[in-house]
Amino acid sequence: MEERQILLRNRGKINPRKASEYIATGGYEALKRALSMTGAEIIEELRLAGLRGRGGAGFPTFRKIQFAYDAPGDVKYIVCNADEGEPGTNKDRILLSCDPCAVFEGMAIVAKAVNAHVGFIYLRAEYAYLVPVLEQALESSREEHCLGNNIMGSGFDFDIKLRSGAGAYVCGEETALFESIEGKRGEPRFRPPFPGISGLFGKPTVLNNVETLANIAPIFRNGWEWYRTIGTDNSPGTKLFTVCGNVKRRGVFEFPMGINLKDLIYEVCGGMEEGRELLAVQTGGASGAIINASQIDMTLDIDQVSNSGGRLGCGTILVMDDRNCIIDIVRNNLEFFKDESCGKCTPCREGGTRLYQLICKIAEGRGSIRDIETIEDLAETMRLTALCGLGHSTAVPVTSSIQNFYSCYLRHIDREYCHVCSEEDDAV
Amino acid sequence: MREEENYSYKTPSSQLVKIAEIASHYKGRPEMLMKVITKVQKIEPAFSASVASVIAREMDIPQTQVYSFVTFYAMLSVKPRGKYVIRMCKSAPCHVRGAKEIVRALEDLLQIKMGETTEDRRFTLEYCPCLGVCEQSPAIMINEKAYVNLTPESVRDIVKRYIRGEV
Amino acid sequence: MINLTIDGEAIAVEEGTTILEAARRLNVHIPTLCHHEDQAVKAVCRICVVEVEGQRLLPTACSMPVSEGMVVKTASPKVIKARKNIMELILARHPQDCLVCSKNGKCQLQKVARDLNMNRPNRYERDVRESRFDDSSPSIVRDMSKCILCGRCVEACTKGQGITVMAKENRGYGTAVVPPYGKKLVDTCCVNCGQCIQVCPVGALSIRDNTDEVYDQIAKGKHVVAQIAPSVRITLAESLGYAPGTVTTGKIIHAMRKIGFSKVFDSDFTADLTIMEEGNEFLNRLKNGGTLPMMTSCCPAWVKYCETYGYEQLSHLSSAKSPQQMFGAVIKTYYAKKAEIDPKNICSVSVMPCTAKKFECKRSEMCDSGYQDVDISITVEELAKMIRTAGIHFDDLEDQEFDSPFGLGSGAGQIFGTTGGVMEAALRTVYEVVTGETLPRLEFDQVRGTEGIREAEIDLNGMKVRVAVVHGLSNARKVLDEVKAGTSPYQFIEVMACEGGCIGGGGNAPKTRRILAERRRAIYEEDRSLPIRKSHENPYVQRLYEEYLGEPLGERSHKLLHTTYHSRRDLLR
Repeated sequence: MEERQILLRNRGKINPRKASEYIATGGYEALKRALSMTGAEIIEELRLAGLRGRGGAGFPTFRKIQFAYDAPGDVKYIVCNADEGEPGTNKDRILLSCDPCAVFEGMAIVAKAVNAHVGFIYLRAEYAYLVPVLEQALESSREEHCLGNNIMGSGFDFDIKLRSGAGAYVCGEETALFESIEGKRGEPRFRPPFPGISGLFGKPTVLNNVETLANIAPIFRNGWEWYRTIGTDNSPGTKLFTVCGNVKRRGVFEFPMGINLKDLIYEVCGGMEEGRELLAVQTGGASGAIINASQIDMTLDIDQVSNSGGRLGCGTILVMDDRNCIIDIVRNNLEFFKDESCGKCTPCREGGTRLYQLICKIAEGRGSIRDIETIEDLAETMRLTALCGLGHSTAVPVTSSIQNFYSCYLRHIDREYCHVCSEEDDAV
Repeated sequence: MREEENYSYKTPSSQLVKIAEIASHYKGRPEMLMKVITKVQKIEPAFSASVASVIAREMDIPQTQVYSFVTFYAMLSVKPRGKYVIRMCKSAPCHVRGAKEIVRALEDLLQIKMGETTEDRRFTLEYCPCLGVCEQSPAIMINEKAYVNLTPESVRDIVKRYIRGEV
Repeated sequence: MINLTIDGEAIAVEEGTTILEAARRLNVHIPTLCHHEDQAVKAVCRICVVEVEGQRLLPTACSMPVSEGMVVKTASPKVIKARKNIMELILARHPQDCLVCSKNGKCQLQKVARDLNMNRPNRYERDVRESRFDDSSPSIVRDMSKCILCGRCVEACTKGQGITVMAKENRGYGTAVVPPYGKKLVDTCCVNCGQCIQVCPVGALSIRDNTDEVYDQIAKGKHVVAQIAPSVRITLAESLGYAPGTVTTGKIIHAMRKIGFSKVFDSDFTADLTIMEEGNEFLNRLKNGGTLPMMTSCCPAWVKYCETYGYEQLSHLSSAKSPQQMFGAVIKTYYAKKAEIDPKNICSVSVMPCTAKKFECKRSEMCDSGYQDVDISITVEELAKMIRTAGIHFDDLEDQEFDSPFGLGSGAGQIFGTTGGVMEAALRTVYEVVTGETLPRLEFDQVRGTEGIREAEIDLNGMKVRVAVVHGLSNARKVLDEVKAGTSPYQFIEVMACEGGCIGGGGNAPKTRRILAERRRAIYEEDRSLPIRKSHENPYVQRLYEEYLGEPLGERSHKLLHTTYHSRRDLLR
């Protein structure tokens, strides 16, 4: 299967630090076009293109921009969420390290739409080594008059500042990210008010994922009609998939939305390693659903995946072979969420750890059916009442695995020795 | 290390002078705390009480705010750390590809457990969440550099290069 | 107006109203823990979740504004189940020794748990939060095992007082609200104001209880004398369940005698004495080029704040002691002599609306009588507990009078208990001393009110004096910064650390601004009802000067009634 490289078209082909090389491949043309458009026209183009957020939730991008466009106020901000913390996701790192100017261009177009003059890129601390690349790419974009004052002689000013995180998954949540940029603990805010009205520093703010922003320039370069020809009706465009785990060929791949998961695993990634069977796939990262081998004949677009109970999220595909145990994987997921809960709201702070304790109990052969009931009850409460998306989705891997691997839970409850789970004991 | 030592350790005053210089550029700009902290971390791996009070004084914010901030973020520490912080990814993509064996190799080589610092304050071993190099798992990060596709043998070689001072 | 339906009843409310507020208007009480009506919305405890038709999740009533056509269910089975599950999570980490908790019966968590009918055993392993018990402070006791991480104390300390003694440490399950770097409260810049206790919904922060020491002294047969602060008669009844603003001076005196206090004196009297000293000090500074602006020193939390953050501005503080400490010095000298009691057999107790007074009486400077001037300071809340413990039917008590020779306080002394009161009391005296004229109207309306910083210009026979009245230390910081910069436009500044002044002090029953308004009303009414309303006209004060002290700022006055301050800048390290 051939990749369709739109976002990754410059991967390995240009020097990411040099805006001139980006320009030589047609870069910043889209911005030039957008600079001649009104905010309403830019938003309309994105509406027609049908672009949806690539960070996880799949929210229509044009609507986010519309909120900030409609909000009163002279000062507005554009924020690029480069806090790629979802385990198993590398796409934003690839985009920023191969073609950062494409992201800047997307930010500038959104800025033009809402008349913002300052943008921030919030980069996770684990990607600190990208800072010099980004700094140089920003500087060279300014030198080419594609950023800064009076961009391309249009009279429009927009510049981008880099901000870094310091190790907190929750800062990928938009309001927590704002808090972090404001020099505080990265704790999410309650909503409403929504970021489009009151975001960074209390100003109307448009926040988008790196990949979403990278989609914008191609749309304006080639037109929305072109964009609509790629992907599915409800999820146009391509998607970056990070495939990791126990497949032969791992990596970040770009395919049109709607590719089949089974094809991705077996044809693109070469299937399981020798002599191994597929056990499970987790899509969308640690907060994604875990499905079994019989469920993988699935179309990967935003709506189809969520209809099947999971989520496409940021496009992570974690493939697990039969050397693994689902309970052990779920335990690993829950340990992650327990460590990454910001601790602000009760359900996530307390519930996350309780879920982890309950799954440990089951993994260690001390669990009962009642514990599974408690897990499901607590999971529902967390989903309904937590303050932010982290708490809402903490329990997804455990509830989905109870559904899709119930027999595995029963085996552990019957105290059948599990060598994978018990090997963990000494390490905990 | 005993619990009270975690807070009573001292930062040399020559370092504090440098830290004050960094923070003084951001007086009255509390939103720049992250920038100050990341700059300071490059010269001083841990935020002792005196580091926090110098930052607080220069930026005109409460010391408690600095402390609260530092303890929130996983890559910052108020406790003494080694010159090299080795972070082992704990997330599922590394987990399913033998992260445990890498941990064992690291603990054996440095003779400390995860979460500990060597006597000579050169190395600290820590778990961390996903490093974002999952298609090349398992992975570790030593300060700001990531090492990928590790085996117990390769990770030993890498850390030995640090031990010998070749990096 | 926005129209919505709550539990089947229609209501129209202003835009921006939250579901919580709208429900209250329909007499529906949605349980809350982190919410405080005077603070910012937090929405962290999640106990106030409700069901809104058409919404997938359960929003929190405290944070969710109403919208047109909204249909809300505040207590559907789904909501109740979620609330119980959240409460279960909280209780699994909370100590279950409520019967011996200082907040027993007044704990918001206890109340919400009871209302929720937590009728099944907890499904989780009990894992009580680490206590990190800290009774190092003379004023405040911390027990983090009881903390529910609502964040109210942090807001009170940070926003109200501008200090931030404590903040969240770590994250997730390990989050705790603590001073930094494992410090004990006594080693922090905490000013002991107790505003954190005022807002704590549980027993995590409580008033240091000194009642046992009082009983000990009574048991030992000491001559136990008490003074009660101007605010105490205004707020004590509230701690016993009365409506805010119920004044019960005579009952309090009676109850205290029943408990075993030998004498009950009125701190209004030394408030008048403070005005004599402080007022004359101010005039002296004004006439002789002393350090200006002069700042009041009767609030011990403010004094400690100034010693920490304004250590180079200490000469601006009036050297006059607070009424509590003046009384302490006078009791163990003048009173001891007059009553022919050896001062070492006197136990001097103060009843205060204030937790910082416990700190003040232990200051090493406060021994001018040759002994610790005030031995024990208890709060309004502690006295209320003693009254309850003694089984006194407070309601039925007959009024009694304060003891002599300090039997009378003026209205000026009485209003010391509210923000602006010290200033007004001083102005009543200063005006008449300087001009030699009788004030046509005693009320100085410019210095009354609730604004954080209020200012006024007073004409003293052609001499204009600019004064400021400040409450809340975050406001005090602003005027202190002006003093530091040399740009302060004032000659005289009154500072009270607590919002509302002493009637808002940390030793009272928990307040809200609405309650505070009632207390303020009561204290001004009390002033109006008193026969003497100016400090310099208090005949007992005049007699004290004649018989013992000499004159204001005189040698003996200076020794007994004035004090010194020292820098505490090291607390910032």
